[in-house]
Amino acid sequence: MSKENKVDCGRRRLIVATAAVGGAGAVAALVPFVASMLPSERAKAAGAPVEVDISKLEPGQMMTVEWRGKPVWIINRTKDMLDTLPKLADAVADPKSEKEQQPAYCQNETRSIKPEVLVAVGICTHLGCSPSAKFKHGAEEGMSGDWLGGFLCPCHGSTFDFAGRVYKAKPAPTNLEVPPHMYLSDTRILIGEDKKGA
Amino acid sequence: MAANTNFEKYKSDGSIGGNVLEWVDARFPATSMWKGHLSEYYAPKNFNFWYFFGSLALLVLVLQIVTGIFLVMHFKPDASLNAAGVPVAFASVEYIMRDVPWGWLIRYMHSTGASAFFIVVFLHMFRGMLYGSYRKPRELIWLFGVGIFLCLMGEAFFGYLLPWGQMSFWGAQVIVNLFSAIPLIGPDLSVWLRGDFVVGDATLNRFFSFHVIAMPLVLIGLVAAHILALHEVGSNNPDGVEIKKLKDENGHPLDGIPFHPYYTVKDIVGVVVFLMVFSCVVFFAPEGGGYFLEYNNFIPADPLKTPPHIAPVWYFTPFYSILRAMVWPILGLDAKFWGVVAMGASVVIFAFLPWLDRSPVKSIRYRGPIYKTFLTLFVICFVILGYLGTQPPSYWGEKVSQVCSLIYFGFFLLMPWYSKVDKYTPEPERVTMK
Repeated sequence: MSKENKVDCGRRRLIVATAAVGGAGAVAALVPFVASMLPSERAKAAGAPVEVDISKLEPGQMMTVEWRGKPVWIINRTKDMLDTLPKLADAVADPKSEKEQQPAYCQNETRSIKPEVLVAVGICTHLGCSPSAKFKHGAEEGMSGDWLGGFLCPCHGSTFDFAGRVYKAKPAPTNLEVPPHMYLSDTRILIGEDKKGA
Repeated sequence: MAANTNFEKYKSDGSIGGNVLEWVDARFPATSMWKGHLSEYYAPKNFNFWYFFGSLALLVLVLQIVTGIFLVMHFKPDASLNAAGVPVAFASVEYIMRDVPWGWLIRYMHSTGASAFFIVVFLHMFRGMLYGSYRKPRELIWLFGVGIFLCLMGEAFFGYLLPWGQMSFWGAQVIVNLFSAIPLIGPDLSVWLRGDFVVGDATLNRFFSFHVIAMPLVLIGLVAAHILALHEVGSNNPDGVEIKKLKDENGHPLDGIPFHPYYTVKDIVGVVVFLMVFSCVVFFAPEGGGYFLEYNNFIPADPLKTPPHIAPVWYFTPFYSILRAMVWPILGLDAKFWGVVAMGASVVIFAFLPWLDRSPVKSIRYRGPIYKTFLTLFVICFVILGYLGTQPPSYWGEKVSQVCSLIYFGFFLLMPWYSKVDKYTPEPERVTMK
């Protein structure tokens, strides 16, 4: 009680108010510094769509193009490759591509517009490594005997099938991302933009 | 009490040097700091081999700062391609290695110094665990130490991106993506950290800024706090007994000797031996068998192609193995998120040691068989995890790393129980000279 009496309440309120205003100012001053670390206007502008000619892509071949600094794969799948997809429905984590890792027009068994041509971002959904192609069957690729072909992420061992669907019980949580894309003609693809202009 | 206040001032003996010192002492606590931290800082007389590593860590810190200053004179944090199609940052490191006079030496000292720093700090931390140096009243010294360790990991990680080789690039890609595992804010957070949608020029520049300014400043501050806290409570020793309990008529601990000249001279021996080994590595094996400088890092960063096998530098591999060991989704959150949590926890859990340990004695010399077994298992698991982290993922590697991670965490989380029920022999009154 006696202590209470010695405190000048008016002065204490002023100190609290000053500290609060000063604190708010300090927090406000953080904003430009924190915001300066966001992608710059230049970095944002670098995300323009990319046009690709796939006329020279033979069945069974794969090409990589750069879009927004990321590798985008285009794979011309053979019938053998496509035939592996239904067999793996129980082995992959999201067989029907229910998680939104692709535009609606690619939510089908082959995860593509044309059944044979897969367009996918070649970045593992675990921690961003780029998986390597392991197209041959089984031990030929140094994989287990029942391997039907697909992709192996060298970093943490996630495996994907020929539609970029991730196998069960692997570190990667979702299927590979299919970017928005559209066909400008039969052999020319625009990556990064579709008919809706996404 | 230790004389690290500015009360003791030098009185001149009339010589010029004496007059200068008296003039300074009237304005700055020179003499009292010298006495408080060196000539009259009483350290236990029974320090052994394990007590070299604190001063060696300080030496390596100085070495890294000095070599770093000279490297910055020639290095360019620029990810754009030069006329030859090589990233400028990568080319500037090659320039240091080939064209800058003695540049190769300075760079190899810096890269070897990074590994040496972790070797010395791991041994320094292990010393603390052997002799209970984290126990009351040294909890804050330990906490500052854990802070230093975290900073050091950050410093090493930021620095590793700078040469802009394949390992630099993909290592940073993986670690920054760790943050994207955090629910809700994760993806935006990792974009903010990178400053772009992928690791790029913006990332390289900010990591350079963190590596040469932000982290070193914090590191030096924490090292100062670590040493000030140590000199406030006094050093522990291999017997884990408090030398301040028994003092002579002058108030000095009976089992203490002044740090200077006794331990400065002892530490010089350590420094000489350390520099011999360090020089051997710098001159004859600067790549450390692919562990100190990874072979893939001699290839310029290629954002479109991950090297077939990527692994962090050796000092991160035990923690990296723990990350990889988590493969189960729990509570509806991805395995990736739990891997990140486990990896973070495996480092931060060291901070809780002072409160997990309930043994009546500090030093391993007086502890019972349970603690000794657990500590041995912990060290074995740490080494196995470290080895597995350098290897490509495999079925058995995953199983073994899961078992080792379990023991790793068991060592800490079961400690409140086993350190209490364990046998012990009472500590002696005075330190022993074994």
